[in-house]
Amino acid sequence: MAFRRIAKRGLVFVLVLGGLWAFWEGYKWLWERTGWSRPFRVDDLTLPHVHTILLQLGEPTSTGDDLWLFLLRAALFTAKSAAVGFAFGAIVGFVLGVVLVQFDVLRRGVMPYVVASQTIPILALAPIVVRGLGSVSINGEPPPDWVRVAVIASYLTFFPVTMNTIRGLRSADPRALELMHSYAASGWTVLWKLRVPSALPYIFTALKIAATASVVGAIIGEQTASISNGLGGAILNFNKYYVLEPASLWATNLYAALLGIGFFLLVLVAEKGVVHRAPERLV
Amino acid sequence: MNGDASVVSIKGLSKVFGKGGVSALQGIDLDVERGEFVSLIGPSGCGKSTLLRIIGDIIDPTDGEVTVNGKPARRARLDRDYGIVFQAPVLYDWRTVVKNIALPLEMLGWDRAKRAARVRDMVELVELSGFEKHHPWQLSGGMQQRVSIARALSFSPALLLMDEPFGALDEMTRERLNLELLRIWTETGSTVIFVTHSISEAVFLSTRVVVMSPRPGRVAGIVPVDLPQPRTAASREQPRFFELVTQVRESLHAVGADEVEETLSTAEEIA
Repeated sequence: MAFRRIAKRGLVFVLVLGGLWAFWEGYKWLWERTGWSRPFRVDDLTLPHVHTILLQLGEPTSTGDDLWLFLLRAALFTAKSAAVGFAFGAIVGFVLGVVLVQFDVLRRGVMPYVVASQTIPILALAPIVVRGLGSVSINGEPPPDWVRVAVIASYLTFFPVTMNTIRGLRSADPRALELMHSYAASGWTVLWKLRVPSALPYIFTALKIAATASVVGAIIGEQTASISNGLGGAILNFNKYYVLEPASLWATNLYAALLGIGFFLLVLVAEKGVVHRAPERLV
Repeated sequence: MNGDASVVSIKGLSKVFGKGGVSALQGIDLDVERGEFVSLIGPSGCGKSTLLRIIGDIIDPTDGEVTVNGKPARRARLDRDYGIVFQAPVLYDWRTVVKNIALPLEMLGWDRAKRAARVRDMVELVELSGFEKHHPWQLSGGMQQRVSIARALSFSPALLLMDEPFGALDEMTRERLNLELLRIWTETGSTVIFVTHSISEAVFLSTRVVVMSPRPGRVAGIVPVDLPQPRTAASREQPRFFELVTQVRESLHAVGADEVEETLSTAEEIA
C-alpha cells in the first residue's frame, strides 16, 4: 500500500515536471516559429532552452567554481539568513498574536501599527535596518552581514504568523471553553491546553506562507544591503551579464525556487509531526 | 442551610436574558438528594439546559440561590465538584482517548502514575479497551460520547451534569448507552442531573423526573419513578413503566407542550 502510494506520487511528480518542460519548450518553439511578439518576443535570450540552463550549471564562473557549486554556496548563505529570519519572525509573530488575544485592550491600539508595518516597502526599510544594525556593536563588532539580512527576512515573516495566530486562538470551540470553565481552568491553562492546540493548523498555514516569504525577504535584504555572498547578490550580478549568458540568471532563479520549496517542505513535515487532526482537516 | 443529603439545592431561581428581555426561568425550587438520578424534561425553550448551566456555574442566575454540596455554585465549580457532559462530545482532536480522559486530572495536578491508573479504570468502565491510542475522529459517535462520560467521571465528582448526552445518537446506541450509564451510576454512586427530550429515556433512567413548562421556564410537576433497581432492558416492558411514561406525558400535555408531540409519538412507538 505504502509502496504503491509512493510510486503514484513519484509518477505524478515526474509527469508534472515533464509537462512543465514540454510547455516551456513548446511555447518557445511555437513563438519562435511564428515570430509572434506578444506578450514578448521569444528567442534564446528571453527564454533559453531548459537544457541550456541545466548545462550552464557545469560552466565555470569568474570565482573559479563551477556555476552549480557557486550557486550552492550562495543558496546556503541565503538559506542561513532566511532560516534565522523565519525562526525569529515566527516566534515574534506567535508571541505578538498571543499577547494581542490575551490582552484584548492592546489589540485595538497596536493593530494599526502591525498593519502599517507591512505597507512600508521592504526596499525602503532594508537600508535603514542594515545601517541601523551596523552601528550596533556586539563584543565590539557590528553584527555579521547575514544577521542583518535575517532581520529583514523576519520582517516579512512575522505578519502572517501574527494574523493567523490571532485567528487560530479564537477558533477554539466555545463548548470546549465552557468545559475548561467547568474545570475552573486558569487563563494560561486554557491558552496552552486548548487555544494554542486549536490554533496550530492556522499557525502552520501561516508558517507555510512565511517560509517562502522569508526566502524572498532574505534575497531582497541582501540586494538592498549590497551583500553579495548570497542568491540576492548572484541575481544582481547575473542580471548585469544577462545579454552574455542568460542561462546563469535562470539557473539562479531555479536555486531560489528550490530553496523556497525546501523551506515549505520542512514546515509541511513539521506540521505532520505536530498537528494531529482528522486527515480531511489537514491542508 | 440544607440537609446533609442535599447535593443540589435551588431556591427561588430565575433567569432573564438581556436587559428586560426574555424570562428563561422563573421561581425554580428544587432539591436533589445524594445518589439521585434526576431528569429535567420539557419542550424546547423551557430552560432545562439553562438550569443545568446555572447549576454548573457556567452562566449566572438573575435571581435566587443555588448551592452544590452546601456551597454556592461558584465555589463548587472552583472546587471541581461536578463533571459535565454536553450533547456533543467536545473532545480534543489532538488528544488520544486516554489523554482526553486525563484532561481534568492534569488540571487537578495528579501525577503521571496516578493519572494513568485512573484512566485505565475509566477506559474499562466505559468499555473502550483497545481504543486507548485512538484519536476522537477515529471513533463512532457513541464511542466519542463514552469518552466524554469517562472524562466527566475521571475525577470522581459528586455530581454529574448531563445535557442531552445521547440526543445526537441513533436509537440503538442510545438504549445501549442508557444501560451503561445506569451501570456506571450504580457503580460510582454519583448523583446525576440529566437533561433530555425523550420521555421514555427520562423514565427509564431516573429516580425522579422533573417536568418543566416553557415561557417562562418553571417546574410544572415532579414524577417519582418507583421502578425497581437495578433496571434492565426488561424494565422498559413492565406495565409500571408505561404507566409512568403516561404520567410524564400527561404532565407535559398539561403544560401545553406542543413541541414534544414528536417525542411523544416516538415514545409511543417504542411502547
